[in-house]
Formats: sequence, structure tokens, C-alpha cells
Amino acid sequence: MQLLTMVIGLALATALWSGVQAINAEARASYDQAARALGETQFTQLIPEEGNTIPTETFVALRRAGVLVSPLLEGRLQLDDENYQLVGFDALTAPMGLVPNEAQQQVDIVSFFAPPYQIIANPEDAGRIRGLTDATVIAVDTVSPGVLLTDLYAAQAMLVRGDEVSRLLLLPNQPRNGTPPDLKQLKLVARSPSQGNDISRLTGSFHLNLTAFGLLSFAVGLFIVHGTIGLAFEQRRGLFRTLRALGMPLRMLLVLLMVELLFVSLVAGGAGMVLGYVIASVLLPDVAATLRGLYGAEIDGTLSIRPIWWAAGMAIAVLGTAVAAAGSIAKIIRMPILAPAQPRAWALLSERRMWLQGILVLALLAVALIASQLQGLVAGFALLGGLLLAAALALPIILSLLLFLAQHLARAPIPSWFWADTRQQLPGLSLALMALLLALATNIGVGTMVGSFRTTFLGWLDQRLASELYVNARSNQEAEVLQSYLAPRADAVLPIWNIEARVAGLPAEIYGIIDHATYRDNWPLLEAADSVWQRVASGDGALVNEQLALRENLHPGDSLELPGAWQTIVAGIYSDYGNPNGQVIVGLDALVKRFPDLQRQRFGIRIAPDKARALARTIRDEFGLPAERIIHQAELKSFSVQIFERTFTVTAALNVLTLAVAGFAILTSLLTLSAMRAAQVAPLWAMGLTRRRLALLELLRSSALALMTLVLSIPVGILLAWVLLTVINVEAFGWRLPMRLYPTDWAWLALWSLIAAMLSAAWPAYLLSRKPPAELLKVFANER
Amino acid sequence: MTRAAVLTISDVWKSFPGDTGPIEVLRGVSLDLPGGDTLALTGESGSGKSTLLHLAGALDAPNKGQVSVLGHATHGLGDSQRAALRRDHISVVFQQFNLIPSLNVRDNISFQARLAGRGAPEWCATLADKLGLADHLTKFPEQLSGGQQQRVAIGRALAGRPALVLADEPTGNLDEATGDAVLDVMLYLVRETDAALLMVTHSKRVAGRMARRLHLRGGQLV
Ligand SMILES: Nc1ncnc2c1ncn2[C@@H]1O[C@H](COP(=O)(O)OP(=O)(O)O)[C@@H](O)[C@H]1O
Ligand SMILES: [Mg+2]
Repeated sequence: MQLLTMVIGLALATALWSGVQAINAEARASYDQAARALGETQFTQLIPEEGNTIPTETFVALRRAGVLVSPLLEGRLQLDDENYQLVGFDALTAPMGLVPNEAQQQVDIVSFFAPPYQIIANPEDAGRIRGLTDATVIAVDTVSPGVLLTDLYAAQAMLVRGDEVSRLLLLPNQPRNGTPPDLKQLKLVARSPSQGNDISRLTGSFHLNLTAFGLLSFAVGLFIVHGTIGLAFEQRRGLFRTLRALGMPLRMLLVLLMVELLFVSLVAGGAGMVLGYVIASVLLPDVAATLRGLYGAEIDGTLSIRPIWWAAGMAIAVLGTAVAAAGSIAKIIRMPILAPAQPRAWALLSERRMWLQGILVLALLAVALIASQLQGLVAGFALLGGLLLAAALALPIILSLLLFLAQHLARAPIPSWFWADTRQQLPGLSLALMALLLALATNIGVGTMVGSFRTTFLGWLDQRLASELYVNARSNQEAEVLQSYLAPRADAVLPIWNIEARVAGLPAEIYGIIDHATYRDNWPLLEAADSVWQRVASGDGALVNEQLALRENLHPGDSLELPGAWQTIVAGIYSDYGNPNGQVIVGLDALVKRFPDLQRQRFGIRIAPDKARALARTIRDEFGLPAERIIHQAELKSFSVQIFERTFTVTAALNVLTLAVAGFAILTSLLTLSAMRAAQVAPLWAMGLTRRRLALLELLRSSALALMTLVLSIPVGILLAWVLLTVINVEAFGWRLPMRLYPTDWAWLALWSLIAAMLSAAWPAYLLSRKPPAELLKVFANER
Repeated sequence: MTRAAVLTISDVWKSFPGDTGPIEVLRGVSLDLPGGDTLALTGESGSGKSTLLHLAGALDAPNKGQVSVLGHATHGLGDSQRAALRRDHISVVFQQFNLIPSLNVRDNISFQARLAGRGAPEWCATLADKLGLADHLTKFPEQLSGGQQQRVAIGRALAGRPALVLADEPTGNLDEATGDAVLDVMLYLVRETDAALLMVTHSKRVAGRMARRLHLRGGQLV
């Protein structure tokens, strides 16, 4: 029984850890896909100096020179009045990550290469084009709207483009000894991966936060392993003493114990890894692909194991066991052979421990306070760790005080016994309750963080991408032509002209905009002076982004020097998530006056949302503008929403898992305590309480403790999210995510944790209600 | 003058499952205990004294025969009725004291009385006084000596003025002098509350202080 709880506890902790890892990896993959779908490429590309095509000879020459490239052909494909961007790629040379994971899973490689070929598309598009083409259509969530993926030869055939390609992707791992190709001679230009992309920076922050929570979950797991091992040792105290009394040398006992622990941790760790895999892949079909990548690539239907991943999981299990067992082993070394077992002595002892713990809490809070005054990411994490540990250690003390209060408010004998007895049981349960606190705080923290992130991100998309369409023309002339073409066709055309410059000694962008309701209604201003938009438009003031403002400590009214000895005044500060650089917005006229040769390629188009798609198509058709130069805001948004929803499922799964583990910790503690419990409830039974009543009280006790822990975990969780969003994020990325609270989520969490607590208390309570009187009477037996 | 029996045991049999078939512990035991009477039950270790006491306290049920407390036959009762009978009319003092560790002396003493709805603070205070516990009311059981703990148990047993007090070797864990002092105050208070007392002991001296004595041997009273 003890062995079983120990194995299950360890396995669950390992499962939690590996599950979080898998989920983290999945989130990463999702966001990378989102970023890619939003028009970003991670690869350096070789594009022709002129025109739209690269002849096959060039491709062959490059490959001969030992340069690893993968060809892409892009073109417009019209199917039933709709234009799509058809992308043909070479599945054999395409780098990892070019094609979404899901697509790789669903595509059957043989039919992909042979007529009638296959086309991979977003489900919506897939529905539309099915039947319009001979090719088999495969729907994959993560493909961007309007994009169709297919084999290179298929694309060449469908677009009637002979054997041309339009771009070459330079693969990330080039052979070392290859001489760099002379691009000039091949009439090629290298284009680096899109840099400074807002969205990838934004997701970088999200990863950091998720990683922090991964560590947290691991800490919860450690707590639980510690608890199970401690309790298992406690139960076997008598056995150890007998063995020692019978003359077994201490060293031998220790060696035997360590061998046993090692064995148990290996078995449990392995089981946990498998469990984590199974749980994650059952709960989330999406994760399956990522998981396969983590655990081993699936080749010919067999799971080949990735040793590092597994070794890491096992190492965690073994190390966790070692850390958790250290204290218990030390106790055995110090254990006197003949001291009688004194189950009640702990009550006094734990009071002293409580004081020690209180001092430790204060020390940790002091560390956190110092850390909060320091700069840097390390200090941020120190703050986080200090606060969390302090909260966990403070829990038993606070609970004890609350129970003391409850006991003194209670009048009737049973309630006052109930509270007093609950308080006395705290030492035995505190470890499990701490784990529950951390699990709940993590839940609330994750929820707050992900929710804030989502709301902020979507809101920000709404604000910053207020125009329905964004166009980035290929040249200033084209932009001019386009603008005059669009003027009568759109509600408004908003130029967004810019220069790259240095502001306050660091690279920055300066944008010029005109005064328009779009900005006044939507722009995310954090701080602003009076009549800010008029001042900006008339050239009397500038807006700066949050990053620049935080770095230079700027506020509305401060003076700001722009390049060309341009003195202006800060009129407002706006949020600019994900941008690593400074940004300044000034009136368009003022900017043009000082920098007449600025880039005039970008503009936004305001138009009724239902006409946006058609207009985008018209521009593509009439001007031959590549799809990636026109951003359709609504499609982009709905796509990002979809990806965020996926992360929500993932976090929900994480929450269920941590709660399950914490619930299990409570169960093991209760089971271990139940032997001792019999001695404590038997007198009450003798005095006239039924076993059923006593069992109900036990249930109530767990629920009350869980509920109190939950209430305490809410501020801890919020504090956690706050530290992550406003301290760590600022340290790591230079901008602050506003925090939002979701009280309805807490209500749900309360319900779930209550259910978890009741479930874990149900079995011990049931056992108590069925305990035969003879068992209870043994408590009173004289011979002991 | 005979008074109505508080406890009536008639032809009670009790066996426990053993490795080689059932062990017959009690083979047809009968006794009557009127209010105000004190009865010592003696016998060898393992002769079934505790078993008989548990049956008398409605803590366990006999295989055969009848146990009645204040005229209520225990065998027909359900779990909760039996619990109510214990709560309202029966108190037990154990060799191990078995106090409630999380409650202080005052709350331990008044606990069963309040459970039965007969909490009487003055009476509890008087009891504590007579038991010499007045200075220890806010202490917890683990802070008391064995003799003090047993006095708390006696106080708890008598606080609700039950009809029947059962004691299983109440002085067995105490040294002689302490045991005698505890016994003195116990007998005094039992007389005061007019309860019937059934005490299990293997000490001749202790048995000698009771009004009546019965000896258990071979599963029968002699
Ligand atoms: N719950 C039980 N299960 C099995 N045997 C029991 C149980 N309780 C008591 N016995 C047995 O019944 C006999 C009488 O026990 P007990 O009444 O405790 O004796 P005493 O109190 O006189 O020393 C002993 O042999 C004991 O082993
Ligand atoms: Mg006995």
C-alpha cells in the first residue's frame, strides 16, 4: 500500500512535469505557426534581383556548389472567382517548420508527389475549393487563409510555369566547408528572415511565462514526492526500529533503503513519462504531433525513443526522490533504537516548527522585497521564488490561526472539536495543502496570465490594426498609383510613412500619420496630454511607444529630440507589444517637411469589413501585388483567435493535471493519517457519535481545508501573475502586460478543487464509516 | 431495598474468529446491576473482561443473549440509536485514558455532557474542583501526568450524570498511590451521582473497594 502510493505519487509528479513540458512545447509550436501564418518566415531567402522567377539552372548551380536550398514557387491561382496564393514546395528538401506539423501528419507522401496531387489549405478555403480542382484537398487548421500548399511540380503544372521557381529558401544548417555562393553573379538577392516582428516578440514573452509555470508545476511535483516519501518512512518507523534492534547495521539499512528508492523512482519515473504522454495526447489531439517530436520520431509506425528526453524525465524522478528522501533518511540516522513510538509528541514539536517556519517566511519575504528593488531578470525570478515559497510556508500558519479563530467562535461541542481537531491535523496535512496551494496559485496565475495575454493581444490587434487592409507597396511610385486608385473605392486611405533613425542613441522608427478618426478612436494610449491628436497632426507633439518611454523615462510634456535637431514635445505614450525598438509617431506633414525622401510605401485602407476581401483581391489582380504585401486584418485576427483558443485548451488540461496531483497528495496524506485517526475518533464514537457522522465530518474537514487553501491561493496566484506580467516581462522585454482578473474562473476552480478534495477524502471516509466496531475497540485495548 | 436494574445481561455469548475456528470468549454470562451499585469484575488476562464491558457499553453486540441498559435492549437497535444510548446514558473510563488530544481539560470534561445536551458549567466546575484539576483547566492532555489525565477521564464520564459508568482497569496504568487517590475520588463521585458502576480490574485490593465482586473464568461468571 505505501509502496503503491509512493509509486503513484512519483509517477504523477513526473507525469505532471513531462505533461507541462509537452504542453509548453505545443504552445511554442502553435505560436510559431501563428507567427508564420502572419506573414513571417524564419528562413533566409534568395530572391531574384529582377523579375519573379529563378531559372532552374541557378538552382542546380547552387546545389552543385554545396549550398543547401529548397525551392518555392508562388503564384496566383484563380478558382471559381477567388484568388489564392498557391505555394509549391519540395517536400524532400523543405526545412522543418516550413509546413505545419499537422499537415505532415495527414499527407500521404506517395499521393503528394503523384497526380492528381494534394492541396493543403485552411479548412474554410478547403471547403470552398473542394471539387474545383482535381487534386485531393486536405484541411489543416494552421494554414493561413488564402494560401494553398502543394508539391512544387504540381504547382508548376497548375500555374503553367514550366520549371521555374520564385524563391529559394536557404536551409538553416549549411555545411561548414562550403564557399559562400556569389549571389551577384547568379543575379540573386538574399533577404533575411523578417526581423523585429511584433508577434514573434510577443510570443517570446509568452514562452518565458509558460516556462516559469513549468518550473512551478515541477515544484508542486517535488512537494508531493517529498510528502509521499516522508509519510512512507514515517509509517515504517517501527519496522526500521525493530530491524535495528535485531542488529541490522545502520549502513546496511541505509543501502537497502536507497536501492529500494532508486528502484521505485525508476519504475515510477518511467510510468510517469508514459502517463504524461498518454494523458497529454488523449486530452489534446493537437499535442500529439508535438509529443511525437519530443518523445521520438515515428518511423514506420514504431515509436523510437529520444534518449535525452527520457533521460531528463528519469533524472528528474530520481533527483526529486533523492531531494525528497534526504530529510527522512537523516531522521533515520538520528533515530534512537529504543525510543518508544510517541504519536502525540509531534503536536508540541510542530508548534516549535511553526515558529521556525514563520521566521523562514519573514526571511523569504525580505529576500523578495530586496529582489523587487533590484534590476534584472535574476532578481525578478528571485522575487517570484521568494514570494511563492513564503506563501507555501505561511499557509499552515495562516490556516492554524484561522482554525483557532473558528474553534473559539464555535459554541456547540462538535464544531469546536471539529475545528480544534482539524488544527491538530494540520502538521500531517500541511505538505499536501502546500502542494494544493501551489497548484491552485499556478492555476490562477496561468489563467490570469494567459487571459490577460489574450485580451491584451486581441485588443491590441484591434487597435493597432484598426484599418481593414494594410498595403505595403513595392515602391513609392506604386504606392502613389495605388492610393489614387483606391481613393474613390475606399472610405479612407491612411498613409503610414516612415524613416529609420536613431532616437536617444538607439535605433528607432519614426512614423508620420495624418489626423483621422481611426487613430482617435482606436489607438492604445497609455498616457496622453490634452488634445493629443491635434497636437500630433499639427506637428506640435509626438507620440512615443512604451518601450522608449520606459527606457528614457518620458512622460507627456517632456521634451524629445529627434534626428535633424528636431525638438518636439511628448504628447502621449502608446503600448506597442512585442516591439524591441523605440518608435515615434509624428504628424505626416512635419515628417515630410524634414525628411522629404522618406519611404512612402505603406498605407492602411478603411472600408466596410464585408468588402475588404474583394478589394484585396482586386488590388492583387490589378496590380499584381504579392499576397504578403496586403494584410487582411479580419482574417488575421480570426486566425490568431483560433490559435489562442488552442492554448486555452492546453492550459485547461494543465490545470486538470495539477489539481489531480494535488488531490492525490491529499489522498495519500489522509490515508497515512487514517491509522492515527482511528485512535482519535474512537473515543468520540464511544461517547455516542455514529461512524457515519464521523466520516461526514472527515469529508467536511477536507473540504473546509481545501476551501480555505483556495481562498488563500487567489491572492497568491494574482501576485504571481502580477510579478510575471509587470516585473519579469518588463525586465525581459521592456514592456508591461496589463493584468486582467477573471473571478468566474476562480469560482470554477473553487468547485473543482472542492470536488478534488471531497474525492480524495471520500475513500478514507468510507473506510471509516465501514470500520467494524471491533477495530475501533482495539484502540482501547490495554495491551499495546 | 432493591432498585430497578440499570444494566441487565442475560445469557450472553460472544466469540471471535480465530485461526482455527471461532474462539468462544463468553459462554452464557448473566448479571444485573441496579442504580447506585458498584461491581468489580475480575479475571485472568484474556478471560473476556473487556469484551463483556464492551457489550455492556453497547459498543459491540453479542452473538447470543441480551444486553439491556435502562430497559432498552441493545440488540434491536440500529447504529444511530445505539450511539444515542451511549451518548445519553453510558460513560466509559479506559485504561489508556483516551482523552481528546485537541481539546483542553475543561472542554474534555464537558464534552460528552454537552453532546447529550446536559452541559452544566457549574457542575463541571465542581467536578474539576473535586478532581483537583481546577488549576489545569486550560491545559491540554499531553501536558498532564497519567493520574491527572485519568481524573479528567473520570470527570468526563460523570459530567453528564449518566446512569451507567463502565471502567476498564482505570488504575492499571497508574502507580499504586496515584491509583488509590484516583479510585477514591471516583467512588466518591459515583456515589454522589448515584450511578451504577461496573469496573474491570485484576487487582484484589481494588476489587475489595466495590460493593460486589464477580470473577470471570472459562467464559462464565463464578
Ligand atoms: N476483536 C477481536 N478479535 C479477535 N479476538 C479478540 C478480539 N477481542 C478480543 N479477542 C480475544 O478475546 C479474548 C478476551 O479478550 P479481552 O476481553 O480483551 O480479555 P481481558 O480484557 O479479560 O484481558 C482474548 O483471547 C482476545 O484475544
Ligand atoms: Mg482487558
